[in-house]
Amino acid sequence: MHTPITLRLLSSLDRKSSITLAFFLLATLVVIPALHIFVPAESSLSVSTYAITLIGKIMCYAIVAVAMDLIWGYGGILSLGHGIFFALGGYAFGMYLMRQIGQDGSYHSNLPDFMVFLDWKQLPWYWSGSDSLVWVAALVILLPAVVAFIFGFFAFRSRIKGVYFSIITQALTYAAMLLFFRNETGFGGNNGFTDFKRIMGYSITSSETRLVLFGLTALMLAATFVFAKWLVGSKYGRVLTAIRDAESRVMFIGYNPLWFKLFIWTVSAVLCGIAGALYVPQVGIINPSEMSVANSIEIAIWVAVGGRGTLIGPIIGAFVVNLAKSWFTVSFPEYWLFFLGLLFIIVTLLLPHGLVGLWKKLMNKQGAA
Amino acid sequence: MLKTLLALCLSACALSALAAPDPALVRQLADADSSQKVAAIQKLAQTADPATPRILKAMAEDGLYLAGDKVLIMEGDKAFDAASGTPVKAPENAEAVMVNNRIRGELANALAALSLFDADPAVRLAAAQKLQNDASAELAPVLARALSQEKDDKVKALLQLAHAQANLRNPDPAARVAAIKALAGSSSPVIKSALLPLMNKANEADENVRLAAGAAVKEIDARLSRAEMVGQVFSGLSLGSILLLGALGLAITYGVMGVINMAHGELLMVGAYSAYAVQSFFRAHFPGAVDWYLLAAVPVGFFSAALVGVIMERTVIRWLYGRTLETLLATWGLSLVLIQAARVAFGAQNVEVANPSWMSGGIELLPNLILPWNRIIIIAFALFVLALVWVLMNKTRLGMFVRAVTQNRQMASCVGVPTSRIDTLAFALGAGIAGLGGVALSQISNVGPDMGQGYIVDSFMVVVLGGVGQLAGAVWAALGLGVVTKLLEGWAGAVIAKIAVLVFIIIFIQKRPQGLFALKGRFVE
Repeated sequence: MHTPITLRLLSSLDRKSSITLAFFLLATLVVIPALHIFVPAESSLSVSTYAITLIGKIMCYAIVAVAMDLIWGYGGILSLGHGIFFALGGYAFGMYLMRQIGQDGSYHSNLPDFMVFLDWKQLPWYWSGSDSLVWVAALVILLPAVVAFIFGFFAFRSRIKGVYFSIITQALTYAAMLLFFRNETGFGGNNGFTDFKRIMGYSITSSETRLVLFGLTALMLAATFVFAKWLVGSKYGRVLTAIRDAESRVMFIGYNPLWFKLFIWTVSAVLCGIAGALYVPQVGIINPSEMSVANSIEIAIWVAVGGRGTLIGPIIGAFVVNLAKSWFTVSFPEYWLFFLGLLFIIVTLLLPHGLVGLWKKLMNKQGAA
Repeated sequence: MLKTLLALCLSACALSALAAPDPALVRQLADADSSQKVAAIQKLAQTADPATPRILKAMAEDGLYLAGDKVLIMEGDKAFDAASGTPVKAPENAEAVMVNNRIRGELANALAALSLFDADPAVRLAAAQKLQNDASAELAPVLARALSQEKDDKVKALLQLAHAQANLRNPDPAARVAAIKALAGSSSPVIKSALLPLMNKANEADENVRLAAGAAVKEIDARLSRAEMVGQVFSGLSLGSILLLGALGLAITYGVMGVINMAHGELLMVGAYSAYAVQSFFRAHFPGAVDWYLLAAVPVGFFSAALVGVIMERTVIRWLYGRTLETLLATWGLSLVLIQAARVAFGAQNVEVANPSWMSGGIELLPNLILPWNRIIIIAFALFVLALVWVLMNKTRLGMFVRAVTQNRQMASCVGVPTSRIDTLAFALGAGIAGLGGVALSQISNVGPDMGQGYIVDSFMVVVLGGVGQLAGAVWAALGLGVVTKLLEGWAGAVIAKIAVLVFIIIFIQKRPQGLFALKGRFVE
């Protein structure tokens, strides 16, 4: 039973996508790790630890971008609160990483440092089982799914849409951020989780662990891409796109948009949660600012820059914007916000289909000429 | 204060020849033992002899000397006999009477008690106020006497409280009960803390007194918590009026163009920085009129924010007509640019915008309930702006056009309403109102590049709750949200309050997706 599903998923790819995917996997699973391990640091071909972490981080963002594109590009629902699902996944996995620190924290206690600091005597109930990787992996998927399902059910049922929906998701994430900022919530207050030591017993800073996490992220990104490609090409995907373009008409034909929207919304949240879980061990910190209003809106601009309604676009967008960000914040920190702000304006005004749309337009012109 | 001293001195001098305090007591003032001195001061205060203030004053100012067996008052190089007030020759071997801090406190109280008999009601009022917080038991007879002579109602009320407080340590339990009953009518936290020890068996032996104290504390507590409630409702109203100023503009632009302007909070910031700029300008050029800079800041704030709004509308928003989600992103970009521009122009730190002197202070309704002038003025200002907007929207041609476009853009356009010009004007109006909100905000909170971000979510919540393009909805939603937030804050803390309000709104939207005051119509979408 296992193979046919994989095959069916892969068969949804056209030739161009398959080649791209093969190249991507070759690069991330073979070439970059090899360059990191075997090429000496002074060589210009060497890939530094910094680069591994940066690319790993951006691949996590790219997963989020694809998830965002599924609901925005194909479902027509703009969420300004996707940071909450990303952070929930990150926090769930962060709990496991905190437990893995064991007694190596500053206070040499079984409890995480911040709990010792708050003078707590035992783990709160929602931390139970957090030392088991299986349970935490389940949490990473279930937590965003449940939150998204409940919220989405009520929102879509009362037919909240458009800017209203965007604003409400923003408020939800804002409220969650305030909640996580509190020390009493039991997630480390504004410092969040950090100072991780190991994962499954392996040191989290070692080169091998990093490469394994990097490879896993690459695989996850590839899987997300293939899954999304299959999903939007399926009958379900066609109905979803129809809902995006004319919800009332689809409703009058006899579909109930609620379940279509709710499904894609929940799937998108789960993907974000997984991305968050992969993000935390690589970056080494998770704190409530991941849920800030600005962060969630930035996700939308990755998608917009790359080109929404395409699946490769968001990935390109996430890479372009985040590489620009890491370059700007080092070289011209005071101009980054100007650049980002203008990016928002210019992309929405002049590039409604993003870089992918621009590329297609240029190709068409060349073909015509 | 100088006048008070002078009056005190004059009355003392005039009367000094007629009466004379007990010489033995005066001698005791110069005793080596501090306790003896205190006893003497208290006794002198009780007799309320007209010559006493002069002696005690001299003592407080280190002008009391002991020469042999005589107590002298030294004023400059002149000497007077303290007991009789007659001038004497300054002796060589006079020694200053030592005054330590305990005695100083005692002297201050005694002098205050004595000035209760001053001819000037203002002096008496000040003295009675001073005695409110520490009326010792020994002062009770003096206070009783002052009370019997007092004509002024305000002073009398204060004296009654002070007298009751002094009587709390009266040896007679009946007197203590009477004193407690008199104090039960007060609403000062100080009196409550004075009564608290009397509820305890260790401090108070008499059962009746304990019961009376318990009842009195309960009564005061009820009054205090009522005052606190009123205070919270009041600060909720002032928060609500800021939200209202923020949301009015948002409601207009969203109503007319269906556009949510994410840079709206930054228009508040523009208004607040205009207040700062006007203040700096006044300080540099009209230092005499600096108190009135705020009046100039109001139009400046309106027009600068409106100008920024027009530029935004003309360059970005109008090109995204019909693409509301993209407008959200583009205006977010605008807000980032504006924030960074403010950082470059004014620095990343908060700037200081001072309250003009006529806005500081407040109306003291109760000892623990002060309504600050700046908040009262902001509420009044918000009401004024609201009235202006209402007139503009309902009584002018422009308002009629704006309402027409809100209801049905195509139809309005067909009958000749210049919709694109109306868009610009409505946007300018909304932005200008946000600018006014910023000027108001600069008076009660920090002015910094990020200030708009804190209000944007709240302003949206007002629009969502109130319904689109509805002034009444915005008003009720803003005031309601403000009051509920502040009440919850007092009860559960700021963060929980915010979360509770957001959750409430999310649930509310389930029942009324179009807000409190929805436009009625028959259409899908």
